[in-house]
Amino acid sequence: MKNFKGKVLFLDRSDINTDEIIPAKYLTESSKEALKPFLLEDLELAGFNPRTDIKGKAVIVTRANFGCGSSREHAPWALEVNGINVVLAENFARIFRQNMYNCGMMAIELPKEQIDMLFKKYSGKDCEIEVDLAKSIITVAAGSDKDQLQVKIADFDKCLVEAGGWVEYADKNY
Amino acid sequence: MGKTIAQKIFDRHLVNKPFGDEINVLRLDAVFCHEITTPIAINDLVSRGKDRVFDPTKIKAVIDHVTPAKDSKTAEQGKILRDWARRNNIKDFFDIGRNGVCHAIFPEKGFVRPGYTVIMGDSHTCTHGAFGAFAAGVGSTDLEVGILKGVCTFKEPKTIKIVLNGKLQEGVYSKDLILFIIKELTVNGATNMVMEFTGPVIDAMSMESRMTLCNMAIEAGGTCGVCYPDMVTVDYLWPFIKNDFASKEAALKEYSQWVSDADAEYHEVREYDVTKLEPMVTYGNKPDQVKTVREMEGAPVDQIYIGSCTNGRIEDLRIAAAVLKGNKISDNVRGIVSPATPAIFSQALAEGLIAIFQDAGFCVTNPTCGACLGMSNGVLANGEVCASTTNRNFTGRMGKGGTVHLMSPATAAATAITGKITNSPLFKK
Repeated sequence: MKNFKGKVLFLDRSDINTDEIIPAKYLTESSKEALKPFLLEDLELAGFNPRTDIKGKAVIVTRANFGCGSSREHAPWALEVNGINVVLAENFARIFRQNMYNCGMMAIELPKEQIDMLFKKYSGKDCEIEVDLAKSIITVAAGSDKDQLQVKIADFDKCLVEAGGWVEYADKNY
Repeated sequence: MGKTIAQKIFDRHLVNKPFGDEINVLRLDAVFCHEITTPIAINDLVSRGKDRVFDPTKIKAVIDHVTPAKDSKTAEQGKILRDWARRNNIKDFFDIGRNGVCHAIFPEKGFVRPGYTVIMGDSHTCTHGAFGAFAAGVGSTDLEVGILKGVCTFKEPKTIKIVLNGKLQEGVYSKDLILFIIKELTVNGATNMVMEFTGPVIDAMSMESRMTLCNMAIEAGGTCGVCYPDMVTVDYLWPFIKNDFASKEAALKEYSQWVSDADAEYHEVREYDVTKLEPMVTYGNKPDQVKTVREMEGAPVDQIYIGSCTNGRIEDLRIAAAVLKGNKISDNVRGIVSPATPAIFSQALAEGLIAIFQDAGFCVTNPTCGACLGMSNGVLANGEVCASTTNRNFTGRMGKGGTVHLMSPATAAATAITGKITNSPLFKK
C-alpha cells in the first residue's frame, strides 16, 4: 500500500478542475515522473505558489467537486509523483475519484462541517494527517490540537487500495 | 416500480456485484481509444506481459488530439497507438487522412447503438448517450481493464430527468440549451448522475443537436447524458442497421425497449419551458457561469474557434456559414474552423461551406481536437480571449493565461464578423 500520512496542503476553493491540476500541454508526457514539476501549475488560488507550497506535502484538504473536468488520469499521477496519495474533500468528480482508487490512492469524502472545521482549526498551521484504512479513521494533528474523524470508505475502494489498484484486482477476478 | 433507461442497460450488462449494491461490474459493448490517454494503458499492459485485447471488433481507436503530430512526443503517442492497433488486429483504427474528433467520428461510423455500454479515456464520452446508450468517460486504468477484460465498474445509475417543453426559437440551438441547463444545475449538480433529456424539444432535435446536448453533461458533473432512441435515431443509424431489420419500424420497435418506464424512480425531475430561451454564452472560468448573449454583447475577443466534439458537425458548419455568407470577419480577430471528421469536411466542401469560411477570412484546419484543450492548431497567448464552440472555459484551457467564452456556432460566427460578442442575425428578437 501507498503512504497515507504526512503534511497537509490546504486548497481553499471548490471546483478545482483537472486542467488546473495538470494542464493539457503536459499530456504528451509518457512517464508519470515527468509530470512532477507541473502539478497545480495553473491553479487559480490567491496566495498559492506551486513552486514552494507543494514540496513535502502528502495530503490535500479542499472543498467541493475536486477533480472536475477532463478524465485525465495524469491528475492523480501528478499528485502521486509528488508524494500526495490522499485528498479529502466534500465531494469529488466521479472520474477523478475512481481514478484515485484505481491507482491505489484515496479520495475521501467528508461532510461539509468537518471540512469547514479542518480549514478553520488547522489551515495555516504545521498540520499532519494520517489515514488508518483498516479502521477508517483520519487523525489530524497540529501542535497540541488533535482530532480523530471516522470516515466512510467503501469496501470496494478499500479493496482497490489494498490490491494496489483496479488492474490487479480485475486481473484476478475477471 | 419501473426502471430508467440507464437501469435497464445496467441490468442487461451486469457481470456481477462483488460488493453488494456498492458497485456494478458491467460488460462493455464498445471501448473507444485515442492517442492521449491510451498509450500509457498500452505500455502498462505490455509491461505486465498482457498485451492483448478482449475483442478487437469492439475496440475502436483514433488519433485525434494532436494530428498531424506536432513534435516528437506526440509522434510517439501516435506510434504507440498505431502499432498496438496493428498487433492486436483492431480494424477500426483511424489514422491521419481518415481521422476525426473521436466523439464525432465514432457515431458517424455507426459504432454506437441504443442500449450499448461504451467507455473511453475521455470525459466527453457522455456524448454517445444521445443514441440511448450508457456511455461514460473513464481514466487510463479503467480503459486498460476495459481493453483487457471488456468490463468496467459503475455505481448504481441515479438519474436526473430533465423535461424540455415548448419549442426553441429560431437562432437558438442545443448549445444554448445545454449552457442554460448547466447554469441551472451548476458544475457539481449532476455529479454521479445520469442526465436524461426528454420532452418535445428533444423529440424535434437532430442527432447532431442531441450529441451537442449530451456532450456537455460532464460539465454539470454528469456521468452520461441520455436521450431516448426514436425514429430520428433509427434514420441516422439506418445505413448501418438496414440488414439487421426488415424495416425502420421494426428497428424502432426493437430500440423502444431502451426508454425509461413512466413510473421509473428518479433522483430528481426538472421541467422547463424553453420557448423563451435566448442564445447563451459563458463568462468566467466555469461552464456554469452563463449569461444571455444580450447581457454579454460587446465584449471583445481575439480568436474565434468553430469545431470540436461539441459543435464541429455538419449542422454546426451550415449554421455558422449561413451567418458568415457574404461577410468578412473583423480585422481585429482571427477565425479558425475545424470540421470534426473527413466526411464532414467533404460534405462542407461539396455544399460550398468551406468557400464561405475562407472568403470570410477563416483558416480551415484538418479535423482535430487540438485548439479546444490548447494542445495545437489555435493555442491562445497570455491575455487573449476566444469565442469558442467548444465545451470548457477553464482557466488556461486553450492556452496559458487565455480566456474562453463558450457559445453556439451561430453566435461564434456573428462574433467573428464584429470582433465582439454578438447575437447572430438568425436570432430575430
